[in-house]
Amino acid sequence: MRRIVFVMMSTITAVVLLFSYRTSTNSALVAGSPVVQLPGSPGSASPPRSSSKSGPATSKSSKSGPATYTGDSADTRWGPVQVRITVQGGKISASEAVQYPQNNGRDAQINGFALPILSQEVVQQQSASIDTVSGATVTSDGYLQSLQSAIDQAHL
Amino acid sequence: MGMPISIHVRGANLDSTPVALGVEAAFDLLRQADRLFSTYQHDSEISRIRRGELDADQADPLVREVIRLCQQARELTEGAFTDRLPDDEGVPRFEPTGLVKGWAADRAACRLAELPGASFCLNAGGDVVVGGTASDAGEKQAAPWWVGIEDPRDRTRIAEIVELCHGGVATSGTAARGAHLYDPGTQTFVERTGSVTVVGPNLMWADVWATALFVGPASLPRRFVRVADGYRMISLRGHR
Repeated sequence: MRRIVFVMMSTITAVVLLFSYRTSTNSALVAGSPVVQLPGSPGSASPPRSSSKSGPATSKSSKSGPATYTGDSADTRWGPVQVRITVQGGKISASEAVQYPQNNGRDAQINGFALPILSQEVVQQQSASIDTVSGATVTSDGYLQSLQSAIDQAHL
Repeated sequence: MGMPISIHVRGANLDSTPVALGVEAAFDLLRQADRLFSTYQHDSEISRIRRGELDADQADPLVREVIRLCQQARELTEGAFTDRLPDDEGVPRFEPTGLVKGWAADRAACRLAELPGASFCLNAGGDVVVGGTASDAGEKQAAPWWVGIEDPRDRTRIAEIVELCHGGVATSGTAARGAHLYDPGTQTFVERTGSVTVVGPNLMWADVWATALFVGPASLPRRFVRVADGYRMISLRGHR
């Protein structure tokens, strides 16, 4: 019960995909479910930046209210993936997979695990004082490819 | 190549035509690499080589260049880097993707390095190459890029930050795709947790070393220190 409460307080994407995970595999949120951080949880401490960044490269003037952008559908070996982001004040406030592979149990496993973590990442890294992230190559290629096209549209 | 690639450019006059053309040229090079090397595309030269339909000698010069680089990488890492991986049926096949990623990103980066008065950061699925020239009049060098390294224990967190003006940052580990890294020594997929990040002047070689050091024997870091001049490694702990 507690874990479901955490999910409700987290990003929209995590809720949508975890529910989907439960339905297709017919199991509760058991070990192997993604760790969901509450918004406002402390991230890793990062050293204060001494050099100031020049202005953002390609941003246009930000709109007053939130705006949503949907990336192009991207093909992955498991099927098409498509992402929608919500931008508010020049930052991504939410990201959501609007189309993702769900043809078999393995897809549901991968989606249940990989996509919610990526959505959290997208929202959290926006507020970190870093320019980019190096990490193990992501598997939800289509998700990020499509997210990137959504970001391009938003001119972030 | 099935991975997301983003380019970030900083500087004055970013709306200018040379910058737009340079960025487009960078993406064109990446698409070209995808057409030649993607194992997800049925008609790519790599797919045809893997099916035995195309002889390596008859392949595109770029493909032959990659084949040569793969051999150099194998020799340099004493076999810890491999371009031969079992496919879904367990049959060993030519699989240069691990090297192609960094190689293609470096080629694209060359287009961006030509842009006057701009600095760039290109991220190809977690492998990063940065460079460029001074962005403001009077600055000797452009402000550095801050590259966060993902915490392999929690992919929503940053474990370390690397500050870089020119060069590459490549990370190898199992946090995203599970046991997909192959150890040619034991002929098994590695289950080790954690990650290895290599920082150095060239992304392709940083990536080759990051993979080799992650899967390779305990003696390899000593060799790395001896032969990989200008490169350094950051090893992060995973779960037990």
